[in-house]
Amino acid sequence: MARGYRRDETIIGNGVFAGGEFHMSKDRLQERIRMLAEVEGDIEVISLEQVKVLSSELGLSLKEVELAALEACVLPRRYLRNLGTVGWDGQARLLRSTVAVVGLGGLGGYVVEALARVGVGRLVLIDGDAFVDHNLNRQMFATESNLGSSKVQAAGARVAGINSAVEVVGHAVEATPENLPRLLEGSDVAVDALDRLPTRIMLQEEARRQGIPLVHGAIGGMVGQVMTIFPGDEGLYALYGRGEVPERGIEVELGCPTTTPMMVASWQAQEAMKILAGIGEPLRHRLLLIDAEAGIVDVIRPGI
Amino acid sequence: MIIEIRLYATLKSYRPELKVGEPLFLNVDEGTTVKRVLEEVLGIPAKVVKTVFVNGIYRDLDHVLADGDRVGIFPPVGGG
Repeated sequence: MARGYRRDETIIGNGVFAGGEFHMSKDRLQERIRMLAEVEGDIEVISLEQVKVLSSELGLSLKEVELAALEACVLPRRYLRNLGTVGWDGQARLLRSTVAVVGLGGLGGYVVEALARVGVGRLVLIDGDAFVDHNLNRQMFATESNLGSSKVQAAGARVAGINSAVEVVGHAVEATPENLPRLLEGSDVAVDALDRLPTRIMLQEEARRQGIPLVHGAIGGMVGQVMTIFPGDEGLYALYGRGEVPERGIEVELGCPTTTPMMVASWQAQEAMKILAGIGEPLRHRLLLIDAEAGIVDVIRPGI
Repeated sequence: MIIEIRLYATLKSYRPELKVGEPLFLNVDEGTTVKRVLEEVLGIPAKVVKTVFVNGIYRDLDHVLADGDRVGIFPPVGGG
């Protein structure tokens, strides 16, 4: 399960304040935040600019200042349009969370984009590939000028440009049974944005072992599927059985066109957001099946 | 008895006369299994099918069908 939001959790965790020369209590930081707050509608907000000023003045990370603001009931204005859906508590939970995104192709790119914008505080990005020109049709972070460079690096640069409060831990390696235990450690949610069925099952196994909820998504042609798998759920086994699975699926024939990954990645990021913020009902024990070509959406449940 | 079949993605090619999203209605014997519909009626090798759902619930290939069942047949999807 996602880590709970604890009122007593200290927000100043890097020791700069605790014993450092710029000693300042959390109370005084929050006092500063309140002084800088502006009224927007019926709440108090703080601008990104002011968050940055406080962060550099006090030697705190942007995330620490944002969390202190949330605790003082002053909303970092960058999250204003999240508030009605995510809530105060949900936004703080998101900022305190870590999501591992495994695979930074068509799905992973959009997932990372969304998670950075919604305000997930820490992203662990795993992909050993570099961009090639056939990624340009759909992969969010692929540009003509970064062909040949690492997908993890491009994702990190993009996240820094969108939301510099988000901490990015990049691993430019292919996920293997050997490295995955270490790479997933400490994540609250993992996102399956891979492109091989056996690797997806390996990820499910490791997520299960570590007790991490996993959001599965896959596409081929104009068809996509999404499922949220909690540790102990049948997950992909309900779909593919426990026997051998093929390496790849219909995407070999139908390709991965531009819009299908956007559609499925949105659902995946949404599922991660729901779990972390503690809102809504996850797509658990249910497979969302979208056939965009036929214009048909099904939700399939396992047999009893 | 009459059952309704929906073929997804690449499996549509086994019934090219169907329009996209159009279901196929079949008249089959009582006691017919999913596997028999697949292999004997539709000519789809069971190994290319990974997911079958009947009335919105996952079923295995030995599942016995009933009159009015809606059967969705789905190939593996793995792209990202």
